[in-house]
Amino acid sequence: MSVILVLVAFSVVLAGGFLAAFFWSVRNGQYDDTYSSSVRILFDDDKPAEPAAAPSAPVKLMNEQSPNQ
Amino acid sequence: MQNNSSAPETAAISNACYHCGEDCGKVPITLDEKRFCCNGCKTVFEILSQSNACDYYRYEVHPGLKAVNPEVGSRYAYLDNEEIRRELLEFSEDGVSKVKLFIPAIHCSSCIWLLENLRRLHDGVMQSSVNFVKKEVIITFHDTTLSLRQLVELLVSINYIPQLTLETAGKGAKRKINRGIYYRLGVAGFCFGNIMLFSFPAYLSVNDAVENLLRQNFGILNILFGIPVAFYSGSVFIISAWKGLKKRFISIDVPIAIGILVLFFRSAYEIISGTGPGFMDSLAGLVFFLSIGRWYQDKTYQALSFERDYRSYFPVAVTVISDLGAESIIPIKKLKTGMRIMVRNQELVPADALLVKGIGSIDYSFVSGESSPVPKKEGERIFAGGRQAGASIELIVEREVAQSHLTELWNQDMTGGEKQTRWDSILDVISRYFTVMILVLSTVSGIFWWFYQPSMAFLVVTAILIVACPCALAMTYPFSMGGAMRVFGRNSFYLKRTGVVEALSKIDTIVFDKTGTITRNDGLGADFSALIISQDHLQHISSLVRHSTHPASVAIYRQLQGFEALPVTGFAEVPSRGIEGHVRGHFLKIGSAEFVTGSAAGSAGGSRVFVSVDGEAAGFIAISNHYREGMKEVLSELAQRYELHLLSGDNDAELPNLLAFFPSRNHLHFNQSPKDKLEYIRALKATGKKVLMIGDGLNDAGALRESDCGISIADDIYHFSPACDAILESGQFRHLPDFLGFSRTSMRIVFISMGLSFLYNVVGLSFAITGNLSPVVSAILMPLSSVTIVAFVTLSIFISARFSKLEVK
Repeated sequence: MSVILVLVAFSVVLAGGFLAAFFWSVRNGQYDDTYSSSVRILFDDDKPAEPAAAPSAPVKLMNEQSPNQ
Repeated sequence: MQNNSSAPETAAISNACYHCGEDCGKVPITLDEKRFCCNGCKTVFEILSQSNACDYYRYEVHPGLKAVNPEVGSRYAYLDNEEIRRELLEFSEDGVSKVKLFIPAIHCSSCIWLLENLRRLHDGVMQSSVNFVKKEVIITFHDTTLSLRQLVELLVSINYIPQLTLETAGKGAKRKINRGIYYRLGVAGFCFGNIMLFSFPAYLSVNDAVENLLRQNFGILNILFGIPVAFYSGSVFIISAWKGLKKRFISIDVPIAIGILVLFFRSAYEIISGTGPGFMDSLAGLVFFLSIGRWYQDKTYQALSFERDYRSYFPVAVTVISDLGAESIIPIKKLKTGMRIMVRNQELVPADALLVKGIGSIDYSFVSGESSPVPKKEGERIFAGGRQAGASIELIVEREVAQSHLTELWNQDMTGGEKQTRWDSILDVISRYFTVMILVLSTVSGIFWWFYQPSMAFLVVTAILIVACPCALAMTYPFSMGGAMRVFGRNSFYLKRTGVVEALSKIDTIVFDKTGTITRNDGLGADFSALIISQDHLQHISSLVRHSTHPASVAIYRQLQGFEALPVTGFAEVPSRGIEGHVRGHFLKIGSAEFVTGSAAGSAGGSRVFVSVDGEAAGFIAISNHYREGMKEVLSELAQRYELHLLSGDNDAELPNLLAFFPSRNHLHFNQSPKDKLEYIRALKATGKKVLMIGDGLNDAGALRESDCGISIADDIYHFSPACDAILESGQFRHLPDFLGFSRTSMRIVFISMGLSFLYNVVGLSFAITGNLSPVVSAILMPLSSVTIVAFVTLSIFISARFSKLEVK
């Protein structure tokens, strides 16, 4: 039965790791602005677009009007 | 704030400006087969297309805001001043500088894309990143190739105008972010999950040696996990309860703190003594749910500022003229008595000063509520805060910024103290009775059991205190008020705190300011019915008034939009009298009766602008205050329920018009100084009224603070507005009755859900008093009550918002 206690110890350490990761992400400011990153990930990488080229159907993203949070 | 969210109608697309989406009018400007409403928008497009940044238009349809005033001139010259530069920069070393700029125009994903790709527009930009919720952009740049001034001018040229004020400048002014709630929530959630797992064997009634060993060990682990829950995550409630008690004030946190402590110590006792499994899972669940409630309630609009002071109204720098006549720019802090300063068109007068050169035409509408500019001659005194409309003037400073009339006006009302303590929230009233009731109940049952079966007394008393812990009750308020606040936010009505919803629901008297509040700030209305003139001459008038910044000219020009501007020769403006000039061979005079016709006949107090063409009188244009859209409906709807008052800093020229809207002449007051307004509110409150003040300007600052609830109305919510409890975007003025109605509905929802949570408490107490509260019952009842209450509250807020004609999505 003592194997359960070993597993419990493992699981607590593992969960503690996730808690530490959460702490790090908060300290890193990831919860300060939850909107920008959600948009940023959808931007294309740098590519030289023709200046005058008519845009294809505009990519519509969620639009935020209110000064949220 | 422009709305770009909804896809424009198909019909509108054809004539919508490619940049900002506004209608292009009869004569759109075209470039590359794209239509633009104005040259400003076209210029922005050109800059972007030259820099390969047209992806800007890919992420949103019409992402721009209508471009205004593309001419920068020397407006930002002060940024070359070393002292100001150093104050604005976060960091500067070895040719690399970093600056954080507040840009209210940030509103969509295209904005983020463009601002983070600024390096395409200029090589000097190394890196830029946007904080959307704060509407800030942090830019790192090579200051050898790109000066701060050039950077700001670059941003202005693409119509992302940074707001540079004394308040935002300076490193000490940074607002600290409180991330404690996230840590506490994380710890509580982490422990909650683990404790639930470890508590599970205790609920299985298998009884053998191995199980007992597990239970023992898991019990110890539960205590270890319970400690951070009770004393780290739960500490806010315990501390707040203690602080309240020291001030002889029983808040909802008192029974919660008692609950947390009793839960922890009784569980620890049970586990260590081996008499039971303890309630650690209930404790962790309780603290976790309460922390979610706190987090939901503490939502703030970070980009908005409800606590502004005079510093955010004033410019960062002023132009000083030395004895030798040389111009230099100094930070406003360095401005001293006796200095000679220059104030250009549309600039603020930063300190009380004496006019020494030029002709002043000072717009005090924001400071005093006077709607028309005040003419000033050389030798006259000008108070700080006025805005010059016209040619540059030179002044000699009489008092420093911190001692000016305006600053004093601001400071005199700061004695009111924190608003939070002015009224008791319904939650506090209820929790006061609740706490007393629970303490009485536990004492009585304790005494009963002491005589009946003494061994049970301790268990019953602690069980009552555990079950009575008003978790569900404590959740109703944050979730209903937080939900209502979010609904308001979606309708462009931004509250400072959730508590303002309750304040709004209790209002019985509404006091309005006039200028800028019920009249529109964007100027005056013009009526052409008394003008005897041909269509061609209308175009001539339009071309002429274009060159003047007088509010009447601006109003006339706005009404005559659509005409092509013709060249004007010999234009002259005689301040506070009129303008004249030649257009297409005709000589036009526009202005006061005396200026145009030579006699003052029919002048009617400046509300008529006379016109003459080639020396012949052609009637007049009637200028009137421009009331907000739907004002009549709003006021008549409000009058059914509330007592309405009006306080105006302006003269009573509009009295006849206003009498139609307000029920009683006695409630209309004109020529009110800021102090008069404050005292009027105070007098109303002394008669027991709950007063809502709605204003917009500095002159209302005192009244807004003094009232039970102060709403500041603003065309641009990120621009300056006086300290208040809520900011209302002016376009939503017509929804005011709906907002007030919805605040009352929200309070009704609070009452109903409080009733429900009491029912849960009664059920729980019946278990506790009879001595039957087992950890399982507690572990089920506590989350069940909280979750159902939160679901009920959130749903009813959502549904009733729909019924109140408010936007929910």
